[in-house]
Amino acid sequence: MAILLFLAPFAAGLAAFVIKNDRLRRRLLFTVACAHAAFALYLCLFPPGGEDYRWLWFGFDALSRYFTAVFSLLFLCASFYAVIYLKGEKSRPCEKEEDLLFHNAPEAAFTGCLLVFLACMSLLALSRHFGLIWIAMEATTLVSAPLIYFHRQRSSLEATWKYLLICSVGIALALFGNLFLAVSASGQGPGMEISIDSLLGPGVRLDPLWLKAGFIFVLVGYGTKMGLAPMHTWLPDAHSEAPSVASALLSGALLNCAFLAILRFYQLCLANGLGSFCRELFLIFGILSMAVAAVFIIGQSDYKRLLAYSSVEHMGILCFAVAVGTAYGSMLQAANHSFLKGALFICAGNILAGFRSKRIADVRGIAHIMPWAGVLWFTGILAICGMPPFGAFLSEWIILKAAFSAGNLLLPVVYLFLLGVIFIGMTGTGIRMTFGVPSIPEGGKSFLSLFPALILLLLSLFLGIYMPAALEGAVSGAAALLGGEG
Amino acid sequence: MVDGILMLLVLLNLFSLGSTRISASIRVVAYQGAAIGLVPLFLPGKITGGILAAIVLVTLLVKAVILPWFLRYAQKRVNVRREEKPFVGASTSILFGVAALGTAFFISSRLPIPFAVVSPFIVPVALSVSLTGFFIIISRAEALSQVVGYLILENGIYLFGIALLLEQPLLVELGMLLDVFVGIFVMGITVFHISREFEHTDTSRLSGLADWLPEVRRNE
Amino acid sequence: MNNLYPLFNLIIALTAAPLMSGVINRVKAFFAGRKGPPLLQLYFDIGKLLRKGAVYSRTTGVFFRLAPPAGLVFILTALLFIPCGAYPAVLFFPGDMVLVVYLLGAQRFCMLLAALDTGSSFEGMGASRDAHFSVFSEAVLFLCLAAMSVASGSVSLNGMLFTAGGRIWQVSPPVLLVVVFVLYIVLLVENYRVPFDDPNTHLELTMIHEAMALDHGGPDIAMFEYAAALKFWILASLPAGLLFPYGMKPDFFGNSALFLGVIALTAALTGALESCAARLRLVKVPQMLTAAAALSVVALIFLAK
Repeated sequence: MAILLFLAPFAAGLAAFVIKNDRLRRRLLFTVACAHAAFALYLCLFPPGGEDYRWLWFGFDALSRYFTAVFSLLFLCASFYAVIYLKGEKSRPCEKEEDLLFHNAPEAAFTGCLLVFLACMSLLALSRHFGLIWIAMEATTLVSAPLIYFHRQRSSLEATWKYLLICSVGIALALFGNLFLAVSASGQGPGMEISIDSLLGPGVRLDPLWLKAGFIFVLVGYGTKMGLAPMHTWLPDAHSEAPSVASALLSGALLNCAFLAILRFYQLCLANGLGSFCRELFLIFGILSMAVAAVFIIGQSDYKRLLAYSSVEHMGILCFAVAVGTAYGSMLQAANHSFLKGALFICAGNILAGFRSKRIADVRGIAHIMPWAGVLWFTGILAICGMPPFGAFLSEWIILKAAFSAGNLLLPVVYLFLLGVIFIGMTGTGIRMTFGVPSIPEGGKSFLSLFPALILLLLSLFLGIYMPAALEGAVSGAAALLGGEG
Repeated sequence: MVDGILMLLVLLNLFSLGSTRISASIRVVAYQGAAIGLVPLFLPGKITGGILAAIVLVTLLVKAVILPWFLRYAQKRVNVRREEKPFVGASTSILFGVAALGTAFFISSRLPIPFAVVSPFIVPVALSVSLTGFFIIISRAEALSQVVGYLILENGIYLFGIALLLEQPLLVELGMLLDVFVGIFVMGITVFHISREFEHTDTSRLSGLADWLPEVRRNE
Repeated sequence: MNNLYPLFNLIIALTAAPLMSGVINRVKAFFAGRKGPPLLQLYFDIGKLLRKGAVYSRTTGVFFRLAPPAGLVFILTALLFIPCGAYPAVLFFPGDMVLVVYLLGAQRFCMLLAALDTGSSFEGMGASRDAHFSVFSEAVLFLCLAAMSVASGSVSLNGMLFTAGGRIWQVSPPVLLVVVFVLYIVLLVENYRVPFDDPNTHLELTMIHEAMALDHGGPDIAMFEYAAALKFWILASLPAGLLFPYGMKPDFFGNSALFLGVIALTAALTGALESCAARLRLVKVPQMLTAAAALSVVALIFLAK
C-alpha cells in the first residue's frame, strides 16, 4: 500500500504536464498533497500492525515513516501556497524585477515537476536498496532544476546551472560510495544485494575498509545535496533564486531527504562497528557547516540567502546531533527545521511580492504595512534561532545536553557560540526588516497566502510544548534505528 | 585484452586533458564510452548470452552514440568551438592527469579488492578516469566542457561498477544509466538556455550570484 | 665464432646507418611524386665532403674544430652498447642505459658548444632551441628506459633488448606498445625530424639542427652527418628491438635482415610522416613533449604495479 505514496504523485505529476485547464491542475496538486499528507501521517503515527512493510526493494521502517510524514506535511502547506502563488503569477504575465523582464515557465511544467519531486522524495524514503536510493536522489535533482528556473531570468539560470552541476557531481561521488559498499559486501558470497535488509541481516559482516571508504564518498556526495559545508556553495544561489514555494521544499524537504540517505549508510556502519568513525566525520562536517553559515549570516545582504545559510547551519546541527550521540534530537530538529524554514520561505515569498526586492536594505517596516507577514516573519526568525517555546528550542536543548555529556567540553562551547552568533545575525536582520519606517507606501497580499506559514509555525510550536505519545513513538522509533540516545 | 582497453582509457583521458577543442573532447568521451561498453565481453562472469549482449548494446548505444550525438548537437547549436580560456593550461592538465593516475594507483594499493578480479588495473583506472572528469569540470570554463567532464566522471564510475559488480541487479544499473542520460539532457537544455540568455556559455562569467558583493553587482 | 657476433653488429650498424637517410628521402620523394635521390646519396655526400678541405673563421676557437670528431666519438661509443637483432651489444654492464643517454647528451653538448663558438645569432638560436627541447626529450627517454627495465627486469640495454627476448611482451603488451610509441616520438625529436624540426627548411630562422652546422664545412660536416645517421640508428634500435626482440626468428641472418627491415620501416614511416605533417609551432613542442612524458609515466606506473 505504501508504494502508493510514490505512485500517486508520480502519476498525478505526469498528468499535470498534459492537463490544459489551470484550475483543474491546481486542484489536482492540492488534492494529491492532501491525500499524501493524510496517508503519510496516518502511517507514521499509527504504523499498521507494528510490522514493517516490505515489497521488493521497497519498505517502510520507522525512519522512512517519520521523514515522509515531515516532508509530506511541508508539501501540503507549500502546495496550498503554490496554488495561490500560481494564481497571482498568472494575473501578471510580464513583470519587472531586478531590472530584467522575465516570463515564467509554463505553469503545467512547474506543477508537474512539483508532483514528480514529491514522488521522487517518497521513492527515496521508501527505497531499501542503495542503488534505488541513488536513483531517487539524482531524480530529485533533475526534477527540481526546472523549479529553480521557474522565473526565466539570468540569475535563476545561473543558480540552476550551479545546482545541476555541483549536485550531479556530488551524487556521482555518492554512486562511487554505493559501489564501494557493494565491494565491501562481496565477501558474503555472490548474489548479495546491497539493500538495507540483506546487509543488516544476521551474520553479515562487511569489509570495514571498503565500508569506510564508501561512507566517506557517500557523506561527501549526498552531503553536497544536503548542503554541508564546504560543498554547500550551490545552496544559497539555488534557494534564493527559486520561487519561494520551491525554496521552501528544497530547503525543508530535500535537504532532509539527503540526510536520510546518509543515515541509511550510517545504519550499516553502526551495525559493523564503525559508529565512532562515522560520528567523527559527522562532527567535522557539522561544526564546519555551522561555522560557515555563521560567517555568511552576519552581514548578509539578501534575505533569501540568509534563510539558505540558516539551512546550512541546521544541516550542520543535524550532523552535530548524530555526532554527539542523540539521534533523537537530530530527528526532532529535522522536523522543526522543515516546518520553520517552510514558514519562513513562504513569508519571504510574500515579502518579496510586496517589496519587490530581495535585498535586506530595501525592506523596512514590514510590520506596519503587512502586519501578518511581519508578525509571522519575526516570529519565524526567533523560532528558528531556537527561542522557546518553539520546537527548535527543545531539540537544540536536547542536543546541547547530549553535547555536554559527550565528554569533551569544547563541543558544547563551540556549539553554543555558533548558535549565539547566528542568533545575533538573524534576529538583528529580522528586527531591521520588520520594524522601522516602511520603505514602500503599502503592502499587497492577502492573509490567505500567509496561512500555510501560520500553520507551519503552529506545528513547530506544537512540537515545542506538547508531544503526544504516538508522535513520541514515531520519533524515538526512528532514532532507535540510529542507535537511539546512545 | 581488458588491460588493453584500460590502457586505451588512460590514453583517452590524457588526450581529453590536453585538448581544448570541444568537438575533440566529445569524440574522446564517445570512444571512452565505447571502450567501457565492450568491457563486459571480456569478463569471465556468470552473465552470458542475451543479457550480456543487451548490456553491451545499451551501454554502447547510450554512452557512445546518443549522448555524444546530443553533445555535438548542443555544441553546434550554442556554437562554441574551443575552450578559449581554461583555468589550467593543456600541459599542466596533462601533468595533472598523470598525477591523478599515480594517486589512483596509490589509493587502490591501499584498498585491496577482497575478491578475484580480471585485471589489477580496473580500480586505479576507474578512479583516475573519474578524477580526470572531476578535474575537467573544475578547470574548464565552458559549460559544455563541464558537461563532458561530468560524463567522463560518470564513465569512470560506470567502469568500476560494470567491471567489478556486474552481478548486482541489472535493473538498478539500467536505472543509473537512465539517470545519467536524463541528467545530460537536462544539462544540455540548460546550456541552450544559458547561450540564449547570455549569448555565451562561459561559466566563469556566470558570477552574478555572490555574497557581500551587492554594490558591485548593481554597477555591472 | 660466437665472440665475433658483436662485431657483426657493429659492422651492420656502421655500414647501414647512412642508408636510412636515403630511405627517408626516397619515401618523401615518392609522396611528392618525384623520383628522389638515390638510396646511397648520403654515402656519396660523405665521401665528397671528406675529400674537401675545411674553412675556419678567425672568430672561432678550439671547440669549433674539436666538436665534430668528439661528437662522432661519443656516438660511436654509445653504439657499442646497442644490441642489433641476433647480435648482442659489444659492451654491456648493469646501468649502461644511463651511460648511453649521457653519451648522446655529450654529443649534443659538443654540437651546442660548436654552434655557440661561432658567435652567429642563427647558430646561437638553433643551439638554444636544441637545449630547450633536449630538457624534455632526455627526461622522456629516461622514463621510457625505466619502463623498459621494469618490464624486462634488467638495467642494461643488452638485457632489455637482447637477453630478455620475447619475455618482455608477457608483462603487458598494450603498455609496451605505448612505450614503443613514445620512443618513436623521442626518435623524431632527437633526430630533428618533422613535426619538431624541418630538415628541409631553407629559412635559418626556423631551423634547429641545420642552423647549428651552418658554419662547418668539408670533413666536419661529414662527421656531423655521419653522427646524425648513427644517432638515428641507435634511437631506432630501441623501438625496433622492443617490437621484434631476439628470438622472433631463430636463424641469425634472418633475424638480422628482419631487424634491418624494421629500422628501414621506421625510416620509411618517418618519411611518410614528414610528407603528411607540418612542423609544429615552436611553443607547441614542449607541450607535445610533456604529453609524451605523461604517456611514459603512465606506462611506467602500469608496469611498476
